[in-house]
Amino acid sequence: MSRKVTITIDDRQLTVPEGEKLLWAALDNGLYIPHLCGFRESERPAAGCRLCFVEVEGHPNPVTACTEPAVEGMVVMTRSPRVDRLVRTAFELIISNHRLDCANCAKNGDCELQRIAKARKLKLKLTRLRQLVKETPVDDSPQSFSYDASRCVLCGRCVWVDHNKAKVGAIGFIRRGISRKVSTFGEVCLTDSRCTQCGECVKVCPVGALTFKEAADK
Amino acid sequence: MGLMEGELEIIRAEVEAVLEKYDLDREKLIPILQGVQVKLGYLPKEAMRQIAEALKVPEVDVYGVGTFYNQFRMNPPGKHQFKVCMGTACHMTGGRIIMESFERRLSISEGETTPDREFSLERVACVGCCALAPVVVVDETVEAKVRPTRVDGILLGFGLERAAPEKTAPDEGIDQGEEGREQ
Repeated sequence: MSRKVTITIDDRQLTVPEGEKLLWAALDNGLYIPHLCGFRESERPAAGCRLCFVEVEGHPNPVTACTEPAVEGMVVMTRSPRVDRLVRTAFELIISNHRLDCANCAKNGDCELQRIAKARKLKLKLTRLRQLVKETPVDDSPQSFSYDASRCVLCGRCVWVDHNKAKVGAIGFIRRGISRKVSTFGEVCLTDSRCTQCGECVKVCPVGALTFKEAADK
Repeated sequence: MGLMEGELEIIRAEVEAVLEKYDLDREKLIPILQGVQVKLGYLPKEAMRQIAEALKVPEVDVYGVGTFYNQFRMNPPGKHQFKVCMGTACHMTGGRIIMESFERRLSISEGETTPDREFSLERVACVGCCALAPVVVVDETVEAKVRPTRVDGILLGFGLERAAPEKTAPDEGIDQGEEGREQ
């Protein structure tokens, strides 16, 4: 990707590598777009969090910035009533089965959900939807970290690093729909799985699902 | 679910036979799982491990695919299978209560098999006789307008000792006559 193209995001002219996904182009230039599942190193984003919607001139509907490559002369708006509506709904759906107990969360203050809420003026509280948090036991079997499935937002970052960076293959998505979760083969605790406790997954968790233990003690 | 004596050898051999029929490529995972389930009736963990090893994918990915699709079962089918209908009509007439009655009496959850492999319990979407709701399919027989008392009756029919009635069925209000009228 040697060629550079000029695009406009929110009235700012940016020079970015051709084909670079709009999400990274914007983030590199200090323009924040909410995102959870996007992962720079991964070739094909899951595009499942539905938070990085932007308006692109010439496109009839908002598109996800993590999948849209930059093309010369593109005009992008990160905010519009339609985008805000989509993001608000996606955000509400995500927090509807995320245990919102920020005061007792190790990630309080360094949480992607809090960042999104602040950036887009969204409430970390449910008004339209019912809270659907399953009471799942916290897996604190590993030495240095613990996994709280009730705080997981299913972004898949941990699964990606586990498979592609650590190359362990201990965790993955299982089941479907409302029962979908990140777990191990046979749903055993992490120490009984192939997990090597490298901690790579903990580093990429955007929320308080995977946390290092010393952070939790603070 | 623990394996029976000699089962592991059968699993190994059957999985091996199925794997031979396919290219060992990730995209053949679903046909392989289907083939194994046809042979074994379910997907034992040992089989999934063996498949993962052969396809060189993480075992958790095989497990993820197996749990994603409804067609795959993780527990062996029981000698007698109870399929509790959870279609719209059955749901409205108390299918959930019937499911819970079975769960309580058999001490297993939906989708599981009793440790002696006598009974397995499943939910199905619709068996096509909504006028008879709530419906339970016992092996091949359709049980119509099932009430918790009928659940006990079905199990008694199979000679299962009735578990101590520690909890009374909480569904008296739903029962509006027509009890036990079978079609």
